[in-house]
Amino acid sequence: MSGLARRLGLSLLGPVLAVLVALVISAVVIALIGEDPIEAFRVMVDLGDSPSQQVQSIVVVLNRAVPLFLAGLAVAVAFRMGLFNIGVEGQYRMATILAAAAGAAVALPGPLHVLLVVVVAMVVGAVWAGIVGVLKVTRGVSEVISSIMLNFIALGLASFLLTGPLRGSPPGASIVTTSEIPESGRVPSLNGLLTALGLAAPRSGLYGFLVVAVVVGVVVAVLLQRTRFGFDLRATGLSPSAATASGVDARGMVVKTMLISGGIAGLIGLPDLLGSQYDYGTEFTAGLGFLGIAVALLGRSTPVGIALAALLFAFLDRAALPLQFADIPSSVVTIIQGTIVLAVVIANEIARRLALRSAERAGASAGPGRDAGGDDGAPPPPGPDGGQRVRTGAPGTPEDVQA
Amino acid sequence: MASADSPADGHGSADDVPLAVELRGITKRFPGVVANRDIELRVRRGEVHAVVGENGAGKSTLMKTLYGEHRPDEGQILVDGREVAFRSPADAIAAGIGMVHQHFMLADNFTVLENIVLGSEPTRAGRLDLAEARRRITDISDRYSLGLRPDALVEDLGVGDRQRVEIAKVLYRDARTLILDEPTAVLVPQEVDELFANLAELKREGLTVIFISHKLDEVRRVADSITVIRRGTTVGTADPRTTTARQLAELMVGAELPSPEVRTSTVREVPVLQMVGVTVTDAGRRPVVDDVTLTVREGEVVGIAGVEGNGQAELVDAIMGLRPLTAGSVLLGGEDVTGWSTRVRREGGVGFIPEDRHRQGMLLDAPLWENRILGHQTRPPAVRGTFIDRRGARADTARIMREYDVRAPGPDTLAVALSGGNQQKLIVGREMSAKPRLLVAAHPTRGVDVGAQAVIWELLKDARAEGLGIVLISADLDELIGLSDTLHVMLRGRLVASLDPRRVTPEELGGHMTGARTTAGAA
Repeated sequence: MSGLARRLGLSLLGPVLAVLVALVISAVVIALIGEDPIEAFRVMVDLGDSPSQQVQSIVVVLNRAVPLFLAGLAVAVAFRMGLFNIGVEGQYRMATILAAAAGAAVALPGPLHVLLVVVVAMVVGAVWAGIVGVLKVTRGVSEVISSIMLNFIALGLASFLLTGPLRGSPPGASIVTTSEIPESGRVPSLNGLLTALGLAAPRSGLYGFLVVAVVVGVVVAVLLQRTRFGFDLRATGLSPSAATASGVDARGMVVKTMLISGGIAGLIGLPDLLGSQYDYGTEFTAGLGFLGIAVALLGRSTPVGIALAALLFAFLDRAALPLQFADIPSSVVTIIQGTIVLAVVIANEIARRLALRSAERAGASAGPGRDAGGDDGAPPPPGPDGGQRVRTGAPGTPEDVQA
Repeated sequence: MASADSPADGHGSADDVPLAVELRGITKRFPGVVANRDIELRVRRGEVHAVVGENGAGKSTLMKTLYGEHRPDEGQILVDGREVAFRSPADAIAAGIGMVHQHFMLADNFTVLENIVLGSEPTRAGRLDLAEARRRITDISDRYSLGLRPDALVEDLGVGDRQRVEIAKVLYRDARTLILDEPTAVLVPQEVDELFANLAELKREGLTVIFISHKLDEVRRVADSITVIRRGTTVGTADPRTTTARQLAELMVGAELPSPEVRTSTVREVPVLQMVGVTVTDAGRRPVVDDVTLTVREGEVVGIAGVEGNGQAELVDAIMGLRPLTAGSVLLGGEDVTGWSTRVRREGGVGFIPEDRHRQGMLLDAPLWENRILGHQTRPPAVRGTFIDRRGARADTARIMREYDVRAPGPDTLAVALSGGNQQKLIVGREMSAKPRLLVAAHPTRGVDVGAQAVIWELLKDARAEGLGIVLISADLDELIGLSDTLHVMLRGRLVASLDPRRVTPEELGGHMTGARTTAGAA
């Protein structure tokens, strides 16, 4: 087995085991509430009968996965630095409402209009997250506390803005929204691409924002793994004291990382906003920030892992509706998601210890002439994945996963 | 008299009373390091037995073994003549051994009484029996003259009182043998006197005290017998009544010098580092580095000797820009760098071998080639512009591994997999590769095996010959004397003596370090 395959295998082992364990536990739970687990799983993987239904299901999964992916990235960037940004929820809600208002307020030619919305969202998200960073650096406030508190403020502020100054829906309407973003500010769907590929046209449009998400994912991957800044960031996450001694300005890094994390968080609401909703309202998708934490954990804070995790979560979310049609409580999905996250936390820690032990054995057998000579001739595994500490989202060797 | 290298002599007592604690041939290995080797320790019942040795000599490892925090790889532990095997501190406590840690483990917002009973609360019908607890604590306090106030909040207590609470905690658990780990490190002289009075009380009541320290004068005041540890093994025992501090120091640091004595001075005239009146204060505005003025010239090794905790770590921080100065300035090659960040200073040619390589020198969970980049994030071959040059970093890591004899499977190995010596060789190689002007080396051979130690010494000598200025901080007096061109002694944040390493003996140096000798006696 080549080194690459071995490392891939080791880094996948944890999450795959976790998903399997979660499925077993969920099956037991489904059986306990008096439903047939096999039937439930069958319903969940059934994408539909006709080709157009199947394509539609896949589009629904992808459309859900795009914001989840962005949310996971936002959390993961902070994770890799050892920061726990719980405030992604508030950051994207603030960003989305202000971006929606800005998009509705102006009229610009197509691409520029979209760009303006994106920039406003990223700036608002970054500023909201930046508050957390500045508080931590100047006053020593834990980012966990301040970001949770800012979530409440953001939700309250968004409600106020929606019902007050930014209200666009007519008085008395059942759903309160901002004004609609005009055609020029919307991102066209990728359905043309699907039909060009010979697939049946789905009922709803595949978000064009998918492309933006992929680009953001690649940029983040390059930033973290290939740049000096990313090295400083990861070094700080691995060992703040060693990073400081190496010349990293820890305080500056905290603020910069929070700004990046918040900037990405600002994008989370845009796929829905620019792809299907065109306004921010009381019914706008909520909870993506918190799901992002789960997705980042499951994806071990690496862009590729997060993409896979987002797809898995989106796939499970899609199953909620068919489950209800089959008279099975859709909260089964939430139970599976919850158990996956719990199992992944445990599996990651186990995988980390296993990798550490094999690394230590390798090191012991590599150096002859020392007292702690290797007790067996174990072949030295070439840099096994060090697993991931949940606290820091520490990297193993994820760069090879993307390669 | 000091009976070096024959531990058995010191305890030739003919009586048949079993020893309170006896360690036979204790060996404890950690990956790549032998922390303790063939330790022999005999502690009689009812005595204060001091275990002395330099920092890093293996005292703490030994005491952890005795307290059940880890198990020895070889050897026997006997308590009251019976062999025991401790799996955890709970076993040690059950056998009557208690430990008073150097850093107090007390809950500040609890009362003295609550802290003492915490973890072994007396209960009556399932409820906390405060009356019983109070009775027992008062009893202990009276019997050993500890003067405890059971209802005082710990946060209101001074350091000495807190220590007495720690001692009471141990006594409350019926310990017959107390281990005190560097108990005087945190005390002012008056508190030390009180502590010693308390120890006398304990002794009078028939308890046994094992007293860990490196302060020779204190040890001679309080101990009934002394065991000396050097480089992980017991090198002798001594009777404090007949042994001088000088003889003890000799035992502690060893007499032999490491390197060939032929030394040609490579010191040039050009200064690389100048520190002028540098003062660093701690959080409480107490100066930890006090008005230090120091010059390091090209090709010069300036050794800083001193008992640990006398400001050496803060001095290193000041040079590296890791800690703001309260006063004074730092000049690098004549240029004032006081306001420079750590990164700019490193770019300006300062290499750094930190005291604690795991905390400051390495990313343990990262591969070796990423560790090659650490501290050199802005310079080739590891970096090209804003991007990391992975190929360059890997290739240069392979070169360092070859040239500096770092034994590891390859550049992709995780740093944690390497032994301490190999990690240190990687760090030395990394810092040397950047061709620094100044190298700050803090305990460069601490915790590394003998082979790696010799390699690192050679590397430092070669670099010095090429004109590198080195600040060497070490607890190993042989290392300091063997490598330094100039030797300063640091005591309570001040440079108190400048010595000529060619003439000074380890015991003289030890005397200066403990403050037993004054500057007047210096060369």
